[in-house]
Amino acid sequence: MDSKHPSDASRPLMALLYDKTVRSIIYQVLVFGGVFFLGWYLVSNVQTNLDEQNIATGFGFLDREASFGISESVIAYSPESNYGRALLVGILNTIKVSLTGIILASIIGTLIGIGLVSKNWLVRFIGKTYIDVFRNVPLLLQLFFWYALITNGLPGVRQALNPLPGTFLTNRGLYLPIPADNPAWFWVFIAFIVGIIGAFVLRKWSFKRLEATGQVFPHLSVGLGIVVGLPILTWLLFGAPIEMNVPALQGFNFQGGLNMSPEFFTLLLGLTVYTATYIAEVVRSGIQSVPKGQSEASTSLGLKPSWTMRLIVLPQALRVIIPPLTNQYLNLTKNSSLAVAIGYPELVSISNTTMNQTGQAVEGVAIFMTVYLGISLLISLFMNWYNKRMALVER
Amino acid sequence: MLKKLTSTTAAAALSLSMVAGGVQAGDTVDAVMDQGYVQCGVNTSLPGFASSASGSWEGLDVDVCRAVAAAMFGDSEAVQYTPLTAAQRFTALQSGEIDVLSRVTTWTLTRDTSLGLNFAGVNYYDGQGFLVRKDLGVTSATQLDGAAVCVEPGTTTELNLADYFRANDMEFEPVVIENTTEVTSAFFSGRCDVYTTDRGGLASARMVSAENPDDYVVLPEVISKEPLGPVVRHGDDEWLDIVKWSLVAMIEAEEYGITSENVDDMLDSTNPGIQRFLGVTPGMGEALGLEEDWAYNIIKQVGNYGEAYDRNVTEKLGLDRGLNALWTDGGLMYAYPVR
Amino acid sequence: MTTMIPSQARPTGGSTMRRSVSWLKTNLFSSPTNTVISLICIYILWEILSAVVGWAIVNASFSASKEFCGDVSGACWAFVHDNYRFLLFGTYPLDEQWRPLIAIFMLVGGILISMNRRFWSPWLAVAWIVGFVVMYIILGGGILGLERVSSTNWGGLTLTLILAVVGIAFAAPLALILALGRRSEMPFVRVICVVFIEVFRGVPLISVLFMASLMFPLFLPDGVSIDKLLRAQVGIIFFQAAYLAEVFRGGMQAIPSGQYEAADALGLSYWQKMSKIILPQALRLVIPPTMSTFISLFKDTSLVTIIGLFDLLAATKAAINDPTWRQQYIEGYVFIALIYFCFCFFMSRYALYLDREMHKGMSH
Repeated sequence: MDSKHPSDASRPLMALLYDKTVRSIIYQVLVFGGVFFLGWYLVSNVQTNLDEQNIATGFGFLDREASFGISESVIAYSPESNYGRALLVGILNTIKVSLTGIILASIIGTLIGIGLVSKNWLVRFIGKTYIDVFRNVPLLLQLFFWYALITNGLPGVRQALNPLPGTFLTNRGLYLPIPADNPAWFWVFIAFIVGIIGAFVLRKWSFKRLEATGQVFPHLSVGLGIVVGLPILTWLLFGAPIEMNVPALQGFNFQGGLNMSPEFFTLLLGLTVYTATYIAEVVRSGIQSVPKGQSEASTSLGLKPSWTMRLIVLPQALRVIIPPLTNQYLNLTKNSSLAVAIGYPELVSISNTTMNQTGQAVEGVAIFMTVYLGISLLISLFMNWYNKRMALVER
Repeated sequence: MLKKLTSTTAAAALSLSMVAGGVQAGDTVDAVMDQGYVQCGVNTSLPGFASSASGSWEGLDVDVCRAVAAAMFGDSEAVQYTPLTAAQRFTALQSGEIDVLSRVTTWTLTRDTSLGLNFAGVNYYDGQGFLVRKDLGVTSATQLDGAAVCVEPGTTTELNLADYFRANDMEFEPVVIENTTEVTSAFFSGRCDVYTTDRGGLASARMVSAENPDDYVVLPEVISKEPLGPVVRHGDDEWLDIVKWSLVAMIEAEEYGITSENVDDMLDSTNPGIQRFLGVTPGMGEALGLEEDWAYNIIKQVGNYGEAYDRNVTEKLGLDRGLNALWTDGGLMYAYPVR
Repeated sequence: MTTMIPSQARPTGGSTMRRSVSWLKTNLFSSPTNTVISLICIYILWEILSAVVGWAIVNASFSASKEFCGDVSGACWAFVHDNYRFLLFGTYPLDEQWRPLIAIFMLVGGILISMNRRFWSPWLAVAWIVGFVVMYIILGGGILGLERVSSTNWGGLTLTLILAVVGIAFAAPLALILALGRRSEMPFVRVICVVFIEVFRGVPLISVLFMASLMFPLFLPDGVSIDKLLRAQVGIIFFQAAYLAEVFRGGMQAIPSGQYEAADALGLSYWQKMSKIILPQALRLVIPPTMSTFISLFKDTSLVTIIGLFDLLAATKAAINDPTWRQQYIEGYVFIALIYFCFCFFMSRYALYLDREMHKGMSH
């Protein structure tokens, strides 16, 4: 703003109005006043309405006993728990389905994205058709369709399909055998984490060595060996327990094992299939963004094809892929809220119940909007950080 | 920016001009009179209580709306219906989207107080029960340990269910789906072993939504008290009075033996109570702020409570009067004196 | 990942036969691996196609009555025959259904006309606004001897189209204002626009709809209540406007700063600069993402089912909840999936066409 004129008193008042700075200030005061007034007006309305109709307010309800049941939860929950915990169960269920969905959609989306640039016409055709079909039908409709197909199409518990020993498929969900309780599994898990950290350290070290001495260390295969080997070793050390917790029909339902409910499965399937169509396009444009000359140059330098892909094409493609991919991850997380329609107990669905049992709609909506804003912010912060790491380092 | 401001003002003006008939707390009666009809919140589809399957709305809950319209306008058809799910119903009422909620709503302390509602009476005494497939071989709710239970969210049913299983030290897997039709179709597709709601609702699901009603059985246990009735906003006594006494009039008519058939003859009755009731002796209508023939119109156009019950509940769902019989017949229906 | 974009099949002389054989060779059977992949693909396609065609056509019953559906293993299209009016118009009174039919024709006709670049002028916007008013009168009634039909009775495809078209018509200008505001030099205006955009982009649409349907009524003063349909519509508009604003902003950022400076040097006012220089270029750049936002908006109208409005999806759900048709849920969902697909696919193809048209003659 460099158009500030020295305003001298003799100038007519009208001229002031044509001064850019003055005008800008007037506009802003007007806009701010308008927004402020609107906000104040709405809030005061809420106050009056709530008082007049004697509706309870405040977040005190979070400590009260929820006394409704929730079908699946990653943490301990019972009807005796309070509303705060019920909402926490919802948040964790949202995270559970979003994370699983992000992983699966990334895998499927990448495969289809690669298919889209295949030399084979049929592969490209299948990829394009997949995208056209699943992208142009609303996700909610797809969810309803899968849910109806699962609950109506699959047999009841007594006629359960038994595709693999110990595995049962019914309209109450998928039941899988899992290893029975044993302290060994905890340590195997720890060993797995240690293995991953070890592999990362190894990778750093091998890069340093490569730069210093030019010697190549096969960090990928050795790293993989550590990640897989360490847990197996731990398992053997604990006497190789093989006892499994196999689901069995007991009373009304299968008990034991791992149960994937139809609601969770439907949501996961719908989110994965739908988001994969977008991720495929992102991956395709990423791969196509790398000029052909890059891989040609790399080949003429004598790099192996796998090295060309890993060291030349992929890093450049990822730079194009990551920002839109972040958006898709965010969309998937937000779309998981459609679970409210099929009864998977995620955040929105539990808030909805809470609002109705307590009558406190304002607080309920405020809670889940805040949580979603928080999740969105976290994911974009993480992706920004990652993006910065991947960005071109100009020397 | 100026353009932005003008367009904002225009948008605000537009939205205000599209505002529907305003409802002021305390002024519902005037607002309803002005708009010329009663905006009534009902179930999306619960045959026997509220259903529009035949093209027009009918059911026991719908008849309460029609009675209010008959009392106010002398025309039981002056009603607009808003179908609502359990989770939407109270906000719809609080926000003034509807004038009266007649949707199998249980009268509880918290709803009466902290939700800002007022119950106008009870038009159906019910209790919560369980519906199961016959071939499960279950004969009592105490055998339901570990069952998957279909239930509608945001209802007292949902809370009673948890209480009951907790009290009996049993486990259950809740399958919570909004919207009555959705939750029943999930049950009939076999997603759950049990469907739980008020027994009236169970009968409705069994008789109307099941492909073969005889495959299903309602378990004998009644695990709660569910007095269901019409609801209005808190803080509007005049409107509460009209809804309350419209319902009472239907019960009172049955007590007097006045039906839609004989109401014209009853105008000549020498019973001073009936004369007062039907407005032959004036006073009651004026006290309510209505025409003197308010009760006559209700009975003539909607019928007395017994007629409404027979037409909707007995015929459609095959349920007898039970608790909903008149107090003289051992039931709970008891009209407050119209005098 | 070693595959790359195929080079165009080499032009070969000779008969069509030879050409197609050579096409097959280069595209499907160029190497042993490729041949195996092709065969697997053909097998998958055959399985899917035969299952779909078998279900939808060969083994299906096309009779108008459900009675004949007992013996067929495929689809029972009597569902569509029995329910199409319900799916198109929802619970609109039966005798009055010519009114929503006119509304559908007006909307689709309006879209088709607006797609033609010859009609692009400020008058088109005026025509749309007049059209909306006329449509509102036709559907709502209450005057001109038309029976009053409350908006709770509007439903089916009619409602879906109304939500989508009105949504697009109002989201686009709002988005433009937001995008300009976000790039404004006035800090307050900028902050307000940023907050609006980021809040709506950060939350799921369903939460916006819940807010519109459950919470917003409490924000209004006594005596004022806004129609539920209007509230949902405004929710959709705000939500999509936030996304669209970011699309527009992207376009404006892509315009070289020389263009802004040149406009300033010519002494153009802010509005002249924007409307004559910047926006025409910026909007041309963002046609594909704009259209995909519109497609999202169209698909997202289905979410109003959750807050209890009776759109195409809700009508279908109601139809298949009828015990008579409970077994025909696949027919129901597939039928409306086709309707949604047609609209969305059409829009995406139009975006490609428009993008090509607009860039014609722009290459140097």
